[in-house]
Amino acid sequence: MAEYAHPEVLVTTQWVAEHAADASVRVVEVDVDTRAYSEGHVPGSIAWAWTSQLSDTLTRDILSREQWESLASAAGITNETTLVLYGDNNNWFAAWAFWQATIYGHQDVRLMDGGRKKWLAEGRELTTEVPAIEPTSAYRASEADHSLRALLPQVQEGLSERASALVDVRSPQEFTGEILAPPGLPETCQRGGHIPGARSIPWGKAANEDGTFKSFDELKKIYGGEGVDGSRPVITYCRIGERSSHTWFVLKYLLGYGDVRNYDGSWTEWGNLVGAPVER
Amino acid sequence: MKAEDYSERHLELEGWPVNVTSWRLGETWHAKADNVSPGAALARMSAGTKEEAEARVIARAKELLGRTRRRAV
Repeated sequence: MAEYAHPEVLVTTQWVAEHAADASVRVVEVDVDTRAYSEGHVPGSIAWAWTSQLSDTLTRDILSREQWESLASAAGITNETTLVLYGDNNNWFAAWAFWQATIYGHQDVRLMDGGRKKWLAEGRELTTEVPAIEPTSAYRASEADHSLRALLPQVQEGLSERASALVDVRSPQEFTGEILAPPGLPETCQRGGHIPGARSIPWGKAANEDGTFKSFDELKKIYGGEGVDGSRPVITYCRIGERSSHTWFVLKYLLGYGDVRNYDGSWTEWGNLVGAPVER
Repeated sequence: MKAEDYSERHLELEGWPVNVTSWRLGETWHAKADNVSPGAALARMSAGTKEEAEARVIARAKELLGRTRRRAV
């Protein structure tokens, strides 16, 4: 079985159990539902709330470079820290945080394979205590790496020239327009369907039952079978950009495709645009 | 403390597949319901027993899923 293109970006739950307390490691839980951390978390870990700490709270945007530096500094993270991210829903928002950390050039960022689900299922140590963190002041982020992110003009350009492979990672019912949001969640768009030409490859196809990522060979078959083989640029999208961060991670780091961008505007942008073409 | 008695079960609520997860930390049972595809958490509740925690997340999930509108495609 072939190895992932970048196996160094994944750590096991066992590795975290052994290294979470290391001075050079900071473990951060990033959940869809931030109450999960309060129920119990990896000892020594802190939590980041995606709605308030990993997004600009005024403009719809990711963090600015300065905001990322402030967040990292407040978390006691230095440029040399091994940042380990994990979370619920198979690491959706942990992958979102990974994506931003990578955009701002953090050198050693990793996901805990299997996320919160695997940690709980294995009956590992939990605490409800929030660790006291000594902030740092020296964290310096790089200029944003825009090659990892697709904004609307790039998606439109990729669409018109069919230059990019678009991967819609939402559920099949969202892809067809049968529903406008995941079952049970508020509708946040005016139109249902998908961006013309997109391939439907739900994010969950990349995950095993225990929350870990499928093997390199399995992933290659899943995406390659849909024509997403890395031979041309790829843009991933979902509803708000977090599920697509998960697939972006898979394509960029596990399969090693060179040009993969996450379109965080996703369907809440495209499905509300006046005049945007939609397929069902 | 350690997470104990972790379990998952699948059921259908309001015509949608739902995954109910529960586990215990000390004396407190925690339960979560998610909508399988895409897997988003619908409800998260804590209680003194597994049955109560699961009943509460199922009730809340049912309420939310009942609001989901299907469109003809």
